[in-house]
Amino acid sequence: MADEVVLLDFWPSPFGMRVRIALAEKGIDYEGREEDLSNKSPLLLKMNPVNKQIPVLIHKGRPISESLIIVQYIDEAWSNNKSPLLPSDPYQRANARFWADYIDKKIYSTGRLVWGTTGEVQEKAKEELRESFRVLEKELAEKTYFGGDMFGLVDVALIPFYSWFYTLETTANFSITEEFPRLVSWAKRCMQRDSVSNSVPDQYKIYDFLLDLKKKMHSIE
Amino acid sequence: MAEDCGEVQFFGVGGSPYARRVQIALKLKGVKYTYFEEDLRNKSELLLKYNPIYKKVPVLVHNGKPLAESLVILEYIDENWNKNYAILPQHPYDKAMARFWAKFIDEKCIPTVVKAAWTIQNEEREKAIQEATEALQFIENELKRYNHKFFGGDTIGLVDIAASFIAYWLPLLEEAADLTLLTVDKFPNLHKWSQEFTNHPVVKDNLPPRNGLLGFYKARYAALK
Repeated sequence: MADEVVLLDFWPSPFGMRVRIALAEKGIDYEGREEDLSNKSPLLLKMNPVNKQIPVLIHKGRPISESLIIVQYIDEAWSNNKSPLLPSDPYQRANARFWADYIDKKIYSTGRLVWGTTGEVQEKAKEELRESFRVLEKELAEKTYFGGDMFGLVDVALIPFYSWFYTLETTANFSITEEFPRLVSWAKRCMQRDSVSNSVPDQYKIYDFLLDLKKKMHSIE
Repeated sequence: MAEDCGEVQFFGVGGSPYARRVQIALKLKGVKYTYFEEDLRNKSELLLKYNPIYKKVPVLVHNGKPLAESLVILEYIDENWNKNYAILPQHPYDKAMARFWAKFIDEKCIPTVVKAAWTIQNEEREKAIQEATEALQFIENELKRYNHKFFGGDTIGLVDIAASFIAYWLPLLEEAADLTLLTVDKFPNLHKWSQEFTNHPVVKDNLPPRNGLLGFYKARYAALK
């Protein structure tokens, strides 16, 4: 029943995208509610008093926050489903968690600096981001997905940032496609899944949004 | 405890709260392991081989397969040696809550407390103390809400192990760095929990010696001032 599952979301959020993808992979019906982050709803503040951020999944009235925690919850609460997001072997599960955590630590904040700044700060961030992409490409190697044949947690963690690629390339003047062809192939493969293409907005729409955000950020300074 | 553990190697540093988390978990599960004490100024070949990404401790190597990041390692220990002592709760929702608070401790509590200890400038220190107090208040409220002996209920679990920093390292930082943070009037539940936790039979045998750590912190604080 859709009223059992509610997702507090914000369309350009890569973290929100992760949860949308997981819900779609599992075929779970839900009510998506768009939040205005400049005017957060009482529900959001009540359901996530600690961080006051989206995404928040509300299942039978109980909230879960933090996108990767939500994705694992979805995998575990709907575990009799045919689409597991984590493998069953403990070591492989741990490995997946490690890489999802790596993506959390490295991609968002560095990526933000790449599209959000200029000059030396941007250059330094660009180098850091390149290094992270190098590491991820090495981890992906020749596999179809990060988990092997199975689309899983690490893919879900990373693919939303594909929507940032055009923005990153344009603002920082480099080609991710040229420098990281395997990563881009992987991303395009993921985007062929309905769960992903329906959850990750078009790169140009994201570009407009991020550039607008960048202007607002600079006007505050 | 009778089950075959395979070959388990654990790389740590005596004073590291993150390494001690792994040690406590291994002991709770009765897993036999070989310990390697690292010198962080001169990291071993093995450590750099097993954790090329972060080059940090703790690292667990099981039958030649390495794992890094303490919370990842804790979940592995729980899932792999699953016939005794549950570190994480069974129910998916309770599991999600445990993961949330463990992450909160790592991302908000520990960094804000550490910042408060090592910030010298008065105004900045006040601000850092305020941030740390707010973070710790959330943890205090969780204990108050559920009113159990431990975050894990009657037995220590993931959040208790993650919060070992608060029980043991934080008071030492307070003493060494002239810091007043975890007062009993503001944090009665955390105080009570700290006592229970540090006196737990497995935990108390697996914490670093007090004097060594205190000396280390005092020296660092003196160098800053």
